[in-house]
Amino acid sequence: MLQVALKGLAGRKLRAFLTGFAIVLGVAMVSGTFVLTDTLKAGFGEIFTSVYKSTDAVITGRSAIGNGNSGNIAPSLPASLLAKVRSLPDVAAVQGGVSDQAQLVGRDGKVISNGFAPGLAFSVNTKGTQQFNPLVLVSGSWPRGSHEIAIDQSTADKQHFAVGNTIGAVARGPVQQYRITGIVKLGNVSSIGGATMAIFDLPTAQTIFGKEGKLDGIDVAAKQGISPAKLVAEIKPILPRIAQVRSGTQQAAKQVQDTSAATSFLQKFLLAFGGIALFVGIFVIANTLSITIAQRAREFGTLRTLGATRRQVMTSVIVEGGVIGVLASVSGLFIGLGIAKGLEALFVSFGIDLPHGNTIFATRTVIVSLVVGTVVTVLASLLPALRATRVEPIAAVREGALPPSRLTRFGIPAAAGTMAVAIALLLFGGLAKGATGTERLLAIGLGVVASFIGMALAAPRFVPPLASTLGWPGAHVGGVSGSLARENAMRNPARTASTAAALMIGLALVTAVGVLASGIKATFEHAVDTQFLGDYALTSENGFTPTGVASENAVRKVPGVQVVSGVRAGEARAFGSHINVTGVEPNVGRVIKITWVSGGPGVPAALGRAGAFVSSTYAKDHHLALGSRLPIELPTGQTVPLAVQGVFKAPNGGSPFGNVTISTSLFDRIYQEPQNVFAFVDMAGGVSPANTGALTSALASFPDAKVQTESAFKKQQESGINVFLNLLYVLLSLSILVSLFGIVNTLVLSVFERTRELGMLRAVGMTRRQTRRMIRHESVVTALIGASLGIPLGVGLALLVGEALGSFTIAIPWGTLIVFVIAAIIAGLLAAIFPARRAARLNILAALQYE
Amino acid sequence: MNTNGAVVNATDVTRRYGEGEAAVDALRGVSLAVAPGELVAVMGPSGSGKSTLMHILAGLDKPTSGEVWVDGESITSMGDTELTKLRRRSIGFVFQFFNLLPMLNAEENVVLPLSIAGEKPDKQWLDELMAKTGLRDRRTHRPSELSGGQAQRVAIARALVSRPAIVFADEPTGNLDSKTSGEILQLMRDSVDTLGQTTVMVTHESRAAAIADRVLFLADGLIVDERKDISAADVVSLMQSLDS
Ligand SMILES: Nc1ncnc2c1ncn2[C@@H]1O[C@H](COP(=O)(O)OP(=O)(O)OP(=O)(O)O)[C@@H](O)[C@H]1O
Ligand SMILES: [Mg+2]
Repeated sequence: MLQVALKGLAGRKLRAFLTGFAIVLGVAMVSGTFVLTDTLKAGFGEIFTSVYKSTDAVITGRSAIGNGNSGNIAPSLPASLLAKVRSLPDVAAVQGGVSDQAQLVGRDGKVISNGFAPGLAFSVNTKGTQQFNPLVLVSGSWPRGSHEIAIDQSTADKQHFAVGNTIGAVARGPVQQYRITGIVKLGNVSSIGGATMAIFDLPTAQTIFGKEGKLDGIDVAAKQGISPAKLVAEIKPILPRIAQVRSGTQQAAKQVQDTSAATSFLQKFLLAFGGIALFVGIFVIANTLSITIAQRAREFGTLRTLGATRRQVMTSVIVEGGVIGVLASVSGLFIGLGIAKGLEALFVSFGIDLPHGNTIFATRTVIVSLVVGTVVTVLASLLPALRATRVEPIAAVREGALPPSRLTRFGIPAAAGTMAVAIALLLFGGLAKGATGTERLLAIGLGVVASFIGMALAAPRFVPPLASTLGWPGAHVGGVSGSLARENAMRNPARTASTAAALMIGLALVTAVGVLASGIKATFEHAVDTQFLGDYALTSENGFTPTGVASENAVRKVPGVQVVSGVRAGEARAFGSHINVTGVEPNVGRVIKITWVSGGPGVPAALGRAGAFVSSTYAKDHHLALGSRLPIELPTGQTVPLAVQGVFKAPNGGSPFGNVTISTSLFDRIYQEPQNVFAFVDMAGGVSPANTGALTSALASFPDAKVQTESAFKKQQESGINVFLNLLYVLLSLSILVSLFGIVNTLVLSVFERTRELGMLRAVGMTRRQTRRMIRHESVVTALIGASLGIPLGVGLALLVGEALGSFTIAIPWGTLIVFVIAAIIAGLLAAIFPARRAARLNILAALQYE
Repeated sequence: MNTNGAVVNATDVTRRYGEGEAAVDALRGVSLAVAPGELVAVMGPSGSGKSTLMHILAGLDKPTSGEVWVDGESITSMGDTELTKLRRRSIGFVFQFFNLLPMLNAEENVVLPLSIAGEKPDKQWLDELMAKTGLRDRRTHRPSELSGGQAQRVAIARALVSRPAIVFADEPTGNLDSKTSGEILQLMRDSVDTLGQTTVMVTHESRAAAIADRVLFLADGLIVDERKDISAADVVSLMQSLDS
């Protein structure tokens, strides 16, 4: 019996291949995700291991309030610590350094930036040995003095800089020109991603980053025979509160661990798309196997007359599924290597250029991919296998179809029930305030899955009217091909329904994402429209990294400028949790409209050195009112006593202010490196080409900063959303691709099933072209059914989730939805290519004699 | 081009399947002409090449050598699209297994060749055809709701609907019981008599041969005998001699 199953499979290679393909992509995504994230992790590991390779102990600053939202917020160390450490008995050598961020400027006068990758800056010790220096010179020498720099090899290569050239760099102030004395690289590290490196000697670095008398890290070497642990123990007692010490290995491990939060998030994120593709794959495989089984009713009937038990029939189908699953998983596993490269390229194209080491193909990747792929395929074959057992022996002699699936009888009640469960889960996920984030996310995820299943169960009922309507244009334009295609699509509603359902899933997801994103953008735009009173916004070139206050000061001198008001941002701790602190100038009310709940327009000017205003939600959460005491704790450990002087209401799309806002005069006093996130500018004459020109030329020596009008500002702030949105679209298109294979499968199997009909049609005068058109039309109708189920479902899901998010403007992106419909039509056309060709190439004689 | 007014003309047609040792010569030099308004029956033992001959005459298959004219045109060197158009215009088919489209009703199946050609059926002609084939009250039935005999009537109507130059029928009664077979044969004869429909029919039934104007006997890929107005009994004895 087993042999029959395997022989049968071997005899239907094309079908097995098409079936398996539905799972290959999902498995490839899973395997590719593991390969990619493992490789990234290894890349980070390589970097940090290399950085701390020759260091026994590392002293770094320690944030008194823990890690920040925006990365490292640890305060710098006093340079005097260096001497104290040097005088410890077991210390052989010490070296202090500064590390910060600076951007290099290309020959075109623009900052060199690779998407979201940082511009790193380090100091080197130019005197003495380079025993602690993880960098090695590729050419030239180390920079000395305030006019010299070394840059990383990859930037030098890409931007065509060589030793002896001059390059600009921007740190806190205006751009400065430096002579390149050296090209460096980080040990044997293969890639630092898209990051750039600017290397200065220590005094220069201290000056340009405003860290005179300060250090960010101290490397320590132990005397002969002293273990790093002993050294660490010896250093610990002499450290101030804002410093910490770790052995070199510990420090590397710690930093790898810090980045692994990001890589493991990325892993889960990408695996989710693999999961979606596999879920769609289940639909496709179940459907494909069902069709094959229906077509083999006679074969099963014959087996049954020959004495095969129901169980044997069932086993043979499941074995078939299992074999397909294993083969598909193995292919998927290896295609995953390609997917990993593809994902990396994708991220780079979206500006996320991460470091990567050698490709890691872990055992875990192999096991998980194989198990997941096989289990999913076997699961998908269960229902078809059950149907196969219901074939009666009489089918051997009867020109007969399979009895209809038992499921279809309960279709509508089952669909309604599943839909109800879906909505309940979604509502719980969206609204249950008591539940944890994970629980709510899980509920939403399960709810979405349930809604897909519910729709799929109900779909056979929708197919005849939908096919009839959607096939109408084709039937009237495409002649007999169009009308036959429409009939064919309606002929087996269950089959068309599950084929379309697979596409529905992908389309529903892209629709939901598109609708949500457009809602988020609309909400944000509304927020900007209501708050933006000035003429221009001054931001960094990329719109999200902070810029030095110097650029704000440069703009202030432009003739015609009436108001310039910067908004600083930093982090602190209040009431036991992390908060974002903003600093505003007294005139902020002239460029940003603030809706006061208590206090009034006079508040910003009256903040002084102890006043703060807070958002109404923050006030509510912490029971703050005018006069309430609000002490905040800074990364340096210092506590600043504040009193609430105003409460404002932030619009739905957010405000430029953090939870707590203080004056810039206080901010600049308590924060080590005050920087603006934005500054807003008001000018005589408003927005005009002359004004824009004057501001832009004032910023000539600040290539990291730029002025934008309100609409350009909105666009740039939204571009982050758009990048993410496009990334989601690309990743979701994988599941659409899987469903496309579903359509191909169904069509190929239908063509095969209708061989004799096709032969007859060709014999009575249907041309090849008409035959192809017929298949194409059927495919498009199926795809459109998928679209007309999926797009409304996606809108519905987005509305539910949007409702749950609350304070959210619904904006249906009609244009995008039309694009999705067109995409579905194109998908249908693509899916039809191969089946249509097969149908047109049928040998008429063979087809007519075919049984 | 000399087809002497014949609707179908074949000269020295051979058909070889396969190559070398395993090659089978299904036809080994067949020449024939079918005159307008003639009903020709083709008989012969199983494997004698009847279907092969018909497929070649109908342009569904190409001869290994020889030439075939249909309706005045040489079809041997036609491309697929040209042949398809010729089939549409000039050739009707009746198959042993009816080959109706299950999702179309009887009338839609009948007019299918016209639909494929993008033409509208002539209402009067369609009514006449449906009446003649006895399908008047079955027009909206689906194939699954028709008996075998009715289904074959639909297939015959479909073959006649475009008034082709020639109708080919390969064992049109092969799947029917004796009584229904009789009715179908009568219908074929009728269409020749009243519509002047030239027809070539492959058959195993002596009755069928008896209603034909001419019977060609095929054996081993060659026409071995040709009779006009032969009786059913004569056919049986002739066939027995060919079988042995
Ligand atoms: N596709 C093919 N490949 C190889 N040989 C073939 C093929 N089709 C037919 N033949 C052979 O050609 C010969 C004639 O076949 P054909 O089908 O024309 O016979 P027939 O007279 O129609 O028989 P029947 O009465 O059984 O239908 C037979 O020997 C057959 O085996
Ligand atoms: Mg035959």
